[in-house]
Amino acid sequence: MFPATFEYYAPTSLEEALNLLRQNPEAKVLAGGHSLIPAMKLRLATPPALVDLRRIPGLSGIRLEGDQLVIGAMTTYYDVQTSELVRQHVPVLAEATDVVGDLQVRNWGTVGGSLAHSDPAGDYPAIILALGAEVRARGPQGERTIPIDQFFVGMFTTALQPGEILTEVRIPVMGPGTGAAYVKFPHPASRYAVVGVCAVVGREDNICRQARIAVTGATLYATRATAAEQALQGQTLNADTIRAAAERAPEGLTITGDRVFASEEYRTHLVRVLTRRALMAAVEKIR
Amino acid sequence: MARVSIRINGVLHEADVEPRLLLVHFIRDVAGLTGTNIGCDTSQCGACTVIMNGRAAKSCTFLAVQCDGAEILTIEGLAKDGQLHPIQQAFWEKHGLQCGYCTPGMIMTAYHFLQMNPNPTEEEIRHALEGNICRCTGYHNIVKAIQYAAELMRGGAPAPTPAD
Repeated sequence: MFPATFEYYAPTSLEEALNLLRQNPEAKVLAGGHSLIPAMKLRLATPPALVDLRRIPGLSGIRLEGDQLVIGAMTTYYDVQTSELVRQHVPVLAEATDVVGDLQVRNWGTVGGSLAHSDPAGDYPAIILALGAEVRARGPQGERTIPIDQFFVGMFTTALQPGEILTEVRIPVMGPGTGAAYVKFPHPASRYAVVGVCAVVGREDNICRQARIAVTGATLYATRATAAEQALQGQTLNADTIRAAAERAPEGLTITGDRVFASEEYRTHLVRVLTRRALMAAVEKIR
Repeated sequence: MARVSIRINGVLHEADVEPRLLLVHFIRDVAGLTGTNIGCDTSQCGACTVIMNGRAAKSCTFLAVQCDGAEILTIEGLAKDGQLHPIQQAFWEKHGLQCGYCTPGMIMTAYHFLQMNPNPTEEEIRHALEGNICRCTGYHNIVKAIQYAAELMRGGAPAPTPAD
């Protein structure tokens, strides 16, 4: 299968890329291409132009800045998995990356591409949302920082404006007393999440001081399970309180199903089960 | 049209291509190396897997223009001087194939995987093969072949045994 025809640009600076986007408002930004190119081959996407970021220096790499782990948009899953900095400061990210797509996808798919694509069944949107990160973007008006809670706004839709390019994601390092885990039920062929849940918990004197739980797969875009989060707040963290909180995870979520693989009812069930498992695993990982 | 040059198995291939030309078509139609198969064409089956700049890649999921300047290794580049690569030898000896269509992709994925993990468990091998589908469902012998290849490559080659 061939994509429809398009113009291809490979700028060597961010300024040049921003100019190309201004001149070609319908152009798509190409990162790793592991979502965009399959969509173009199926003609689900027919952009008239692609602006490939691969020649722009400085867009990939992982570094520590104060209490934030900064990951460049063009950093691949492979880079994340093999990064000592990630393992040390946000270990859940290295662990969770091992279940993204498959080996070949992890080799070439990018962090920024996954976030900007906002696939309803993507893994990283839920993980990065639960981690309470922020996203940096460059656009015609300069640079801005978008809190992750405001970033995912719809299916395949983010807060990025036309002409803006996501440049990096900044993740708070996980301090003492915090633990996190991502659990997913993958589609057996595509490895996409039928449902995936990422839970991050903070504990002090055995009391839950903070919980962030994000769901993917079941909803149109990565969404926090705030009812479950609130149910845990101030509670002792044990199997009973976690079970009770997980029961409430679907509250307030718009859960969608399909007739072929997983119904709304089944996905709702999975949201509860996987929230419980993710919370239990997160508590076990508290350090 | 865009000018691209891609080194495949040590040989530089230069051509003017349409931006929409996929890497797998560059490999098969421009370079004439048809050992790399097109399977599902939807980025799931892994039959088209090659090694690009040291990492396994589904060549149906790249535009050739994205790979300008890249170093590619395909199944044809594995054997040296008439000697099968240990992974090829292991697939032969453990009968790691039935129809053979997925085999080039399986072998190239194994090539990358065994470099990262020279002494894998069966579970790790099966996890590494999640992006490669065998519709004959011959996974058991494929896994055995990769285990055997790992032994061969570590140098502790036991005497060849018939496929079991």
